Amino acid sequence: MSRNSPLALWRRFLALPNDSRTKTLGVAFLVSLVAAIAVSTTSVALKPRQEAHIQAAREANLAAMVATLPGLAEVMRETGAESLETVVVALETGQIDPTIDAATYDFLSAQSDPTLTQPLAASEDTAKIGQRPNFAPVYILRGTQRLALVVLPVYGTGYQSTIRAYLALHGDLATIAALSIYEQGETPGLGTRITDPAWQALWSGKRASDNAGEVTIVVVRGAATTANEVDGITGATRSTTGVTNLVQFWLGDLGYGPFLAWLKAEEF
Amino acid sequence: MRKSQLHHLTAPLIDNNPVTLQMLGICSALAVTTALDTALIMSLALLTVLATASTLISLIKAHLPSSIRLVVQITIIASLVIVTDQVLRAYAFEISQRLSVFVGLIVTNCIVLGRAEAFAMHNPVWPSFLDGVGNGLGYGLILMIVATIRELFGSGALFGVTVLPLATEGGWFEPLGFMLLAPSAFFIIGLLIWGIRTRRPAQIEANKFPIISQAVVEKT
Repeated sequence: MSRNSPLALWRRFLALPNDSRTKTLGVAFLVSLVAAIAVSTTSVALKPRQEAHIQAAREANLAAMVATLPGLAEVMRETGAESLETVVVALETGQIDPTIDAATYDFLSAQSDPTLTQPLAASEDTAKIGQRPNFAPVYILRGTQRLALVVLPVYGTGYQSTIRAYLALHGDLATIAALSIYEQGETPGLGTRITDPAWQALWSGKRASDNAGEVTIVVVRGAATTANEVDGITGATRSTTGVTNLVQFWLGDLGYGPFLAWLKAEEF
Repeated sequence: MRKSQLHHLTAPLIDNNPVTLQMLGICSALAVTTALDTALIMSLALLTVLATASTLISLIKAHLPSSIRLVVQITIIASLVIVTDQVLRAYAFEISQRLSVFVGLIVTNCIVLGRAEAFAMHNPVWPSFLDGVGNGLGYGLILMIVATIRELFGSGALFGVTVLPLATEGGWFEPLGFMLLAPSAFFIIGLLIWGIRTRRPAQIEANKFPIISQAVVEKT
């Protein structure tokens, strides 16, 4: 066997004294390499299964939120609607884009796709999302007479993670029916209290915007005093501020604002 | 298996239990023991990481430069923890959501690094593996005892199956809300330690910092 065959080199490497610089660097490199391969392989191989679970959890969350809305069961019975109608909205114009199939539109991956998003300037990016998707899915429920419910998927940055939620508006498009946060990674025990059902229930019935269409909903420190304020959570100030910012952003001109205005003009 | 090898497996159960004697891993023992299913999954996760980490570290110990010894050990442990966490997220999604950060925090669990440093660095592969499994079982045993007490008296159930019908659902059992709070695990572990040390006085530690009585002070 030649002196420079890989096996001989490997033997020479192992025979080096443990504290030599070559061996220290070599061992560090090899351990890191093996660890990196193991971690990335598992991560990639298991991704589809994890995504499927998250998707199922999201759908269960939407169904659970819809089920808790007061009066929704009656609306569904009256109209015979089995579920919510899903449409894809072009956020720029605020109109429904009938060319995109809502069942196959992947909102989550569109959020990070440069061809499907529009970059936001720091001053207008109050939800801290960097870029805004051009299209978003919206769930609509119609009663016999008029619009009953609109559910908007919203997201933004809280204290240390992306907070994702569904925001449901009543038929007047100004009153919040419910807020349901289904994904977040805030500080356990502090920021994670934004997922507390009791706190999320406080959003029901709040005024999201005033008569002029200006978005006024806000989380305040301490107890709320007016119809457009929601009680803050002690110890979760930055997470609740994140929720305020993302709700305001998505109801605003860069979010679903144009769509809500268009829908209002259509309905009334 | 020879008797001396079996010893590696059984000693950590009571005689040298990582939780009740060495006082390691208490943090996660408080957090995951409100229900038996989370405690069981956490125990299995720790056992897997501990046994694999001890085996791997024992395998490469002869070529481990002492200057980067701890870094290498932590790299191995952290990778195993990430892999375990990913597997749980894929195959036990609901429980992994409830365990939240605590599977990831196995990295900082002193039992894993403790066994790597104290045992696997100085022993052959097979005993290191047995020692890892034994300590994992010892940790799991305490977790299961604590979780049984907490779930039974805190929510009247075992593995989510109602054993004591709750008063709120038409039964007779008024649940002890305290059992669902973290401090109750402290009390239960404390009582366990008291019980074990009463039966095995050898486990009682010498008082390293005795309070000098007034009489002694006056004499000196």
